[in-house]
Amino acid sequence: MSEIESRGYVHPEVLVSTEWVASHLDDPAIRIVESNEDPLLYSSGHLPGAVEVDWTRDLNDPVRRDYLGRDGFEALMRRIGATRDTTVVFYGDRNNWWATYAYWVFQLFGHDKAKIMDGGRIKWVNEGRTLTRDIPAYPPSDYRAAERDDERIRAFRDEVLRHVETKGQLIDVRSPAEYTGERLHMPDYPNEGALRGGHIPGAANVPWARAINAEDGTFKTAEELRAIYEAEAGLKREDDVIVYCRIGERSSHTWFVLTHLLGYKKVRNYDGSWTEWGNLVGVPIER
Amino acid sequence: MPEIPEKLSSTLDILDSIPDRTERIQLLIDIAERFKDVPPRIAHRPFPEEHRVPACESEAFVWGEPRPDGTLDFHFAVENPQGISAKAMAVLLGDSLSGAPLEQVAAVPQDIVYRVFGRELSMGKSMGLMGMVSMVNNLAKKQRGFALQST
Repeated sequence: MSEIESRGYVHPEVLVSTEWVASHLDDPAIRIVESNEDPLLYSSGHLPGAVEVDWTRDLNDPVRRDYLGRDGFEALMRRIGATRDTTVVFYGDRNNWWATYAYWVFQLFGHDKAKIMDGGRIKWVNEGRTLTRDIPAYPPSDYRAAERDDERIRAFRDEVLRHVETKGQLIDVRSPAEYTGERLHMPDYPNEGALRGGHIPGAANVPWARAINAEDGTFKTAEELRAIYEAEAGLKREDDVIVYCRIGERSSHTWFVLTHLLGYKKVRNYDGSWTEWGNLVGVPIER
Repeated sequence: MPEIPEKLSSTLDILDSIPDRTERIQLLIDIAERFKDVPPRIAHRPFPEEHRVPACESEAFVWGEPRPDGTLDFHFAVENPQGISAKAMAVLLGDSLSGAPLEQVAAVPQDIVYRVFGRELSMGKSMGLMGMVSMVNNLAKKQRGFALQST
């Protein structure tokens, strides 16, 4: 049993260790993808053979607030030379916050041959493993994508409103100061893109990074995660859960934890999140 | 309306003249590599919270050190080892605003981050980088108020 398997996750196969990645750098069935918040990091050095998938340029529609469509996803996968059989391994900065976001977007198109490198970029760096500035080039693939499926793992505002009305489970993964609305009103803070501070009624506050071991960026064990999300926040595995943050990026991390590590069957990410809810006319807010 | 300090204006003009994203990123990485931590004569860890940049996920801190002429030298710390954009921004602000007229420093617009990094910044990243500018603005305002009171 591997160390990751020993942590008791329901789907340990979605995580791979830095050692595993190091031994698969030349594996043609694997495409390693770095996805960061910091736009300079990939170019400053990345895993050998890794390609960059940038959240703003590669995953979002350039005009309207939405993700790329099927044509855009096909173009992206063809550019990075991935086929439907390619296993995509994501890693990145900020404890894989952006890596799980990219992973979640890939799931909208059903590319389920996907994994996260546990510990992310910082663990690889701290272990003294090789980084390179060489940009790899792969032959374009003929990837054919499925239509984007927003039903299964994505929530929209009207669904969230119904969820609130039916007392469904909501997890707000922002910081406590954002959850209470305090931060929006703090002097000298840049505008957070919302007119109102607070949270969606009924949401429990579980900051996303609580799922991470601070010392090495790896995910906590299943037992530790259950203590946070079930004993503290009151979730149950059979619950219908909606997670959100400011724009849906941090909450994709919690979506990953609940869905894959704890095996929840119905978790949706509300990517409109607080930048939508905090600006909507007439919706209820709690502080 | 005060003008953007001359040195900062020149730096922004240079960045504007590089439309190629890869080249601009390489230049910014080179700039980030010149980052120097706040000197011990100014501050020691753990840094006081009042020097923390609001909204910066890279855990940046800023200090202003008065010069004999009343202007400020700006010093920075970036605690996130992966905070390379914050380091680049710190070098740019420190190099181009130290010694500049306080009235101009206080009025540097926060949206210069888009001229430096381009429009393709996440909301969180742009807020953090704007927070660095905001912190420098505030230090200049405070120092200016102090200088006016002393005269």
